[in-house]
Amino acid sequence: MTPEAPVGIVHHMVNYLERQLDRTFAALMDGTRRAILARLECEDSATVSELAKPFAIKLPAVMKHLDVLYDAGLISRSKAGRVVTVRIRPEPMREAMAWLRRYERFWSKSLDRLAAYAESKEAEARKKRR
Amino acid sequence: MTSLTLVRRIRARPSIVFDALTTPDGIAQWWGPDAGPVLLAETDVRIGGRFRVRFRMLDGTEHESTGEYLEVVESKRLVMSWQWTSGGEPEEDGEESRIEIDLKSTDTGTEITFTHARLRTEASRVSHERGWAGALEKLGRLFSTERIA
Repeated sequence: MTPEAPVGIVHHMVNYLERQLDRTFAALMDGTRRAILARLECEDSATVSELAKPFAIKLPAVMKHLDVLYDAGLISRSKAGRVVTVRIRPEPMREAMAWLRRYERFWSKSLDRLAAYAESKEAEARKKRR
Repeated sequence: MTSLTLVRRIRARPSIVFDALTTPDGIAQWWGPDAGPVLLAETDVRIGGRFRVRFRMLDGTEHESTGEYLEVVESKRLVMSWQWTSGGEPEEDGEESRIEIDLKSTDTGTEITFTHARLRTEASRVSHERGWAGALEKLGRLFSTERIA
């Protein structure tokens, strides 16, 4: 017999994944936060004050956005003296994308087959008409 | 709410595509992400009527979904509610989403716009805004994939 994971643990993991996805998507709902992530993607790392520069908002507001991104696991922070350096963490994004991709794959493959089937029916209908 | 939209061109007239979408024989030919079989397909194509489709994937897992037809316009438009009754995404557990299908007649056949809307995870605004790089852009594209074939 193969040992099975207790149901409670599996359920807990599913809930955990759900909460993580909710946090990821919630964090991505804001334009400023997406702009920060887009920049971190290009630049690998940046300090908080560098990140704040292009925005017409004050540093504390930027810090709040960074907190949301940090809580969602989308960035990491490291401190050296007074300088806080921020980096992107791609894992939660990958999970969110994998979730959507499963739906995309499901319908994309299904529609491919729908098209092939409908096209064969169309060819049949034309033959009959002749 | 998240939605996913796919657009395809099919070289078949809209009435044929509509039949493929709505008849059990038609559904049996295409429903599902791989070459695994459709095990059951029931449709009652009228407003308030229901559908039920069960399929097995090549990995042996079985999945079933059910829903209600909310709008039926012969050869033009089909809207239905959607719910996984077994083997669906855990995030969608018991939640109802929505499928909207529009068929447009073209010179070469049909343009089909297929939307799976109201998926539970919140992200709709992400899909509508653009101008971000790399992975973010890829994520955005997934919400609105246009693949003209």
